[in-house]
Amino acid sequence: MDLTWGPAEEAFRAEARDWLAANVPAEPLPSGDTREGFARHLEWERRLFDARWAVVSWPQRYGGRDASLWEWCIFEEEYYRAGAPQRVTQNGIFLLGPTLFAFGTPAQQDRFLPKMASGEETWCQGWSEPDAGSDLAGIRSTAVRDDAASGWRLSGQKTWTTRGAFCTHLFGLFRSDPSAERHRGLTYFLVPLDTPGVTVRGFGRLDGDEGFAEVFLDEAFVSDDMILGELHEGWRVAMATTGSERGLTLRSPGRFTATADRLVELWRNLGEDASDPGLRHQVVQAVIDAEAYRLQTLATVTALTDGASPGAESSLTKVFWSELDVRLHEIALALLGTAAELEDNGWAKGHQFALSGPIYAGTNEIQRNVIAERVLGLPRR
Amino acid sequence: MRFAFTDDQLALRDAVRDLLAKECPPSEVAEAWTNATGRTTRAWEALRAMGVLDALVPEADGGLGLTVLDLVLVCEEAGRVALPEPLVEHAVVAAPVVGAGRESLTALVGAMSFVAYADTADAVLVQDDDRLLLVPAPALVLEPEPSVDHARRVFTLDWSASDAAVEVGASVACAEAIDRATLGRAAYLLGLAQHLLDATVEYASTRHQFGAPIGSFQAIKHKLADVRIALEFARPLVYRAASSIVVGDPAASVHVSMGAAQSIDAALCAARHALQCHGAIGYSYEHDLHHWMKRVWTLARAGGDASWHRERVARAILDRT
Repeated sequence: MDLTWGPAEEAFRAEARDWLAANVPAEPLPSGDTREGFARHLEWERRLFDARWAVVSWPQRYGGRDASLWEWCIFEEEYYRAGAPQRVTQNGIFLLGPTLFAFGTPAQQDRFLPKMASGEETWCQGWSEPDAGSDLAGIRSTAVRDDAASGWRLSGQKTWTTRGAFCTHLFGLFRSDPSAERHRGLTYFLVPLDTPGVTVRGFGRLDGDEGFAEVFLDEAFVSDDMILGELHEGWRVAMATTGSERGLTLRSPGRFTATADRLVELWRNLGEDASDPGLRHQVVQAVIDAEAYRLQTLATVTALTDGASPGAESSLTKVFWSELDVRLHEIALALLGTAAELEDNGWAKGHQFALSGPIYAGTNEIQRNVIAERVLGLPRR
Repeated sequence: MRFAFTDDQLALRDAVRDLLAKECPPSEVAEAWTNATGRTTRAWEALRAMGVLDALVPEADGGLGLTVLDLVLVCEEAGRVALPEPLVEHAVVAAPVVGAGRESLTALVGAMSFVAYADTADAVLVQDDDRLLLVPAPALVLEPEPSVDHARRVFTLDWSASDAAVEVGASVACAEAIDRATLGRAAYLLGLAQHLLDATVEYASTRHQFGAPIGSFQAIKHKLADVRIALEFARPLVYRAASSIVVGDPAASVHVSMGAAQSIDAALCAARHALQCHGAIGYSYEHDLHHWMKRVWTLARAGGDASWHRERVARAILDRT
């Protein structure tokens, strides 16, 4: 066991820290879940990309640095410590990207990864449907073969699609074999949102920003080379993506240790006036939990570096960080007292966003089922 | 950066696990509940034969020259079987201060009010302000205090009338001994929690109601998932604390208290959910579940409860200027 960083890692950290200090906008950008804010965030993404900080763990030929998982952890720590903007490209670079590396053809990788990294093409996730939320295998949107055109006609409705109204592309699951059982007969498609037959309507999330969209598809045509992985094997391909969404890559510890640091600062400013003396220990416990998540990630990265593959254990992580995020913000609101109701108090928006954590990427109820059945081995119903 | 145990450390854990499976089965724990000493018949000598009791003593002085990073997993194994022996007190706390070759040591340091297994010890390591004293058995005035865990024989201790107590250890030894005691207890609690989880998963998989194993119901699944999550995010804090002690990290005491608070909460959660998921069977005195639960309840408070440790962390991270 050696919990210190080596000279190369410290040098990487210093380089990241210096660049972020010189480049992170002094004023926070408008919310990336609005049309104007999204555009401003894409300018930031372009700066990251030009300095090769957009996708540090990717190969150099796609704009990355071939960074190790350790360096990725370090970059994330520095990124959040610097208060840098939210990553509006995250569904592409953190979810679809790893899936393309695992399942994409070389032609698909060359076609999509560079523009994904630069933010020139932006991706939203087309999984949920009005009647397929937690029960994702209940997807009804269809893919019908069009032999004459060598492709597929996609029809149906996707919804709760994050930033769908601003993105250029969608990745999603469609039922390509209606006769197959639920998890079979699904295919993973890559869909440009300007395809004829696609209509996108943005709508407000809990905080009022237009961060959600519903996507209607009416015989929208995609060619065969827009299938990711094998035909009818979309469930398996998609589960690879949920692994990264629930586990290591989407929500790095740096995000929560930085929030915990902010909470400690808030305590130092307001703690003495707090109406609830128990808040002191709640702040401490949140700091301990953020530290626990950081250390658990270091153990996970060690195991991955030794050759282990991520499994259902990612559900443990997803429940923990999402509920920690809610607690961090609830404690902050309690410290703020009457100012908790104000939209610009520095925590209100984060609180509303944190509340989405236990819902997205598979609700925490679904995750607890996964933990019980696949980690603990309890019987399925 | 590498956050994992070495093969040697894992091999020692496995060897101790095998030893304890043989020498400390549940029937031994049940026996200790009613026998004269509250201890096992063979486990202590078997651990001595393996070198575990003096493992932290330098090799030149008759020990194995190991560190708490080697013993933290051993303490966890002891917790898994609810070993009724002063393993933490002897091997983790006292022996590194007192030296090798003692029959049975115990300790009263930090926020402890009671000293465990003192009636069968040949000496007790006692904290006196910031000094450590070794009080030999003949000089001990012991008052038994019945614990809810009958296999944990605890006593209040008066050594004030004795001039037999001798100061041991250097000036920093006292704080270090308290940290080791806290770490050992935290690891022991992890093991207790792991057993409570394993036993409850097994029970819920075989107990049928409404024509199905109760473990197939979400109400049970989600409770046990919460225990598994609590353990997942307690272990790394305890292991990091062990590492911090070994490398002499200035924040070691804070790291120890972080691990203690988290493992105490995890173990209390495990005990509560284990009982609830076992239902009335687990509430029965004849069932051995309570041996593990009661050990959790005692160790969760012996030497500072979770709030006590959170306050120690609070003073370090909130109050500094």
